[in-house]
Amino acid sequence: MGNDSIEKLTMPKWGLSMTHGKVVQWLVEEGASVSPGAEMVEVETEKITGAVESLTAGVVRRLVAGSGDEIPVGGLLAVIAAEDVPQAQIDQFIENFVLEEVEESDESADAEPEYVEVGNRRLRYLQRGEDGCPALLLHGFTGNLNNWLFNHSTLASDRTVFALDLPGHGQSSKDVGDGSLEVLIGAVAEWCESVGLDSVHLIGHSMGGAIALGVTLLVPEKVRSCTLIASAGLGSEINAEYISGVVSADRRKQLKPHLEKLFADAGQVTRQIVDDMLKFKRVDGVQDALTLLASRFVENGRQARSFRDQLSQMEVPLQVIWGAEDQIIPVVHAADLTETARVQIIESCGHMVQMEAAGEVNRLIESFLSEIDG
Amino acid sequence: MPRTLSYQQAINEALDQEMARDETVLVIGEDVAGGHGADGEMDAWGGPLGVTKGLYTKYGNRVLDTPISESAFVGAGIGAAAAGQRPVVELMFNDFLGVCFDQIFNQAAKFRYMFGGKAETPIVIRTMIGAGMRAAAQHSQSLYSIFTHIPGLKCVVPSTPYDAKGLLIEAIRDNDPVIFFEHKGLYPTKGEVPEESYTIPFGEAEVVREGDDVTIVTLAEMVHESVTAAEALSGDGVDCEVIDLRTTSPLDDETILESVERTGRLVVVDEANPRCSIATDISALVAQNAFSSLKAPIRMVTAPHTPVPFSDALEDLYKPNADNIGAAIREVSEHQNWETTVSKS
Repeated sequence: MGNDSIEKLTMPKWGLSMTHGKVVQWLVEEGASVSPGAEMVEVETEKITGAVESLTAGVVRRLVAGSGDEIPVGGLLAVIAAEDVPQAQIDQFIENFVLEEVEESDESADAEPEYVEVGNRRLRYLQRGEDGCPALLLHGFTGNLNNWLFNHSTLASDRTVFALDLPGHGQSSKDVGDGSLEVLIGAVAEWCESVGLDSVHLIGHSMGGAIALGVTLLVPEKVRSCTLIASAGLGSEINAEYISGVVSADRRKQLKPHLEKLFADAGQVTRQIVDDMLKFKRVDGVQDALTLLASRFVENGRQARSFRDQLSQMEVPLQVIWGAEDQIIPVVHAADLTETARVQIIESCGHMVQMEAAGEVNRLIESFLSEIDG
Repeated sequence: MPRTLSYQQAINEALDQEMARDETVLVIGEDVAGGHGADGEMDAWGGPLGVTKGLYTKYGNRVLDTPISESAFVGAGIGAAAAGQRPVVELMFNDFLGVCFDQIFNQAAKFRYMFGGKAETPIVIRTMIGAGMRAAAQHSQSLYSIFTHIPGLKCVVPSTPYDAKGLLIEAIRDNDPVIFFEHKGLYPTKGEVPEESYTIPFGEAEVVREGDDVTIVTLAEMVHESVTAAEALSGDGVDCEVIDLRTTSPLDDETILESVERTGRLVVVDEANPRCSIATDISALVAQNAFSSLKAPIRMVTAPHTPVPFSDALEDLYKPNADNIGAAIREVSEHQNWETTVSKS
């Protein structure tokens, strides 16, 4: 066995501002056999705690980083290799690693968001990866492209993946027109046009799922597949109290209990997540945009728009992913879609299932997309 | 990756964005456009420390250079505000506010109250505070407590570039007189600042660091010294919560009390003189409302009751720093029971 059978486990980059992560605790021991997707180590950043998964199968030969260590993005966490690789080779791999990685992390730091003028709006997006059939990530109400921090890089390992800030959100223009879903759908379709996407896999979360469905109806020839995560637009029920609570809260203490409903594990809502949402809400134009969007999106406590009856007309492959403990849009909306879509329910997860079960969601998306692309 | 600005640039950007958004926003002060000695080269200075640089070129006669006449141009600003403009008056050093107390205390602060709530005075007075610049006793004071004392004035004391921009935009849009205190030692400090305009509501303290053992309440440059002290002690198992007041009027008493009720220990860190100060005010608030939670006497870390010395060595001793903040934290965290203290004293 040569050196190429030695694999590294490195510190991932979760979100634009992450420069380093802290090792909270190892979930495996040296000598353990792991398979791809195995949760290896719990890592904490200023914003969030998550598990780093193994990308490969093998034996954990060395845990390089210790609990409590601050490791830069791209830094070495552990070494995985076959059982019969000699210790000396493992040592050498670790020694060589440092030198290589310094240069590589400089290069990988260049994924910067870009802006494009679409209509009268400036839309921000982040492109990762290259080649393959491109995919587009669409966040939900009050979200932004950072909602995909656990997904974007992984999905971009073998294709171009874009994440967009919708109008009224993130660092895109705060003008949402009349606040209808059609405005957002139109803006996404125009954005696809302006960056030259003529065949794209859409992946939408919550309101972003409804937008993905709308885009599919508007420009079916451009949509290769739709992955709908805890999606709006598939039924009328929604936690209207959450929507109005998030829109009206202007202090941390008011906001936090609402944000806790996004996760099955309320402990995921760190001070930083609440602060980021407050900072976003305090940007000029955001409060008006959210108020208007919410008033059109939810009427009389129910979702105003359902695409359910139109699903059968859609000719693109559909995948629906839901957290079983979603407190915002009920999982029953996925229940009877098995005829038209591939349905995946993930236990013990809430509305932000793409964060809470990132590894599993990433695998479901990757295998769905690669089946379609062939 | 997100954009970084200095405290000084963040203030400049807030002024620029508000002047672009609302043509009633004016900038008035000494040297804010060009200043003495800058003939034919207007905008050469942009204020004594360059904070208003570039505004004259963009907004012309909405940036008004004045003679050295504090009571005149502060009064003019208050009059303009009463007549519907939104002036931002710059009064270099807060030490000079003394010459226009009547305009501020008896006029601006009283209009709304004395005219039955019908008058508004949307003026912002920007001014510099802080020792440490070798600028001697008349250019180094931190006088926010004097203005906090006056009902009808709002007092803002930002500690970071993000807060400086958001609080200044809030101040300009506010319909009451706001005194905006900028610590001169903080101008070069950098931090993430969004490009878009945003506001931070008054009366919301920022918990800069969470902790369960000791509450440190502080403001302005002392926020950073306090965080340094807190970080140094965290290795010794003392976990400090650091609260940055951001505004002294209105005061976010809820955040302070909730924290002290949890930690039972309070250190107030304030660069100003100790008598009748923010430090005594916070101490009284806690003694009155959270006495039963206290596990140790309250400690105030402040300057001594003297003018700011000109001597380098004495000025360094004058200002609180991470070392004496750390000593105070240790003292309150090691305090075991009340009897020991009482018998000592």
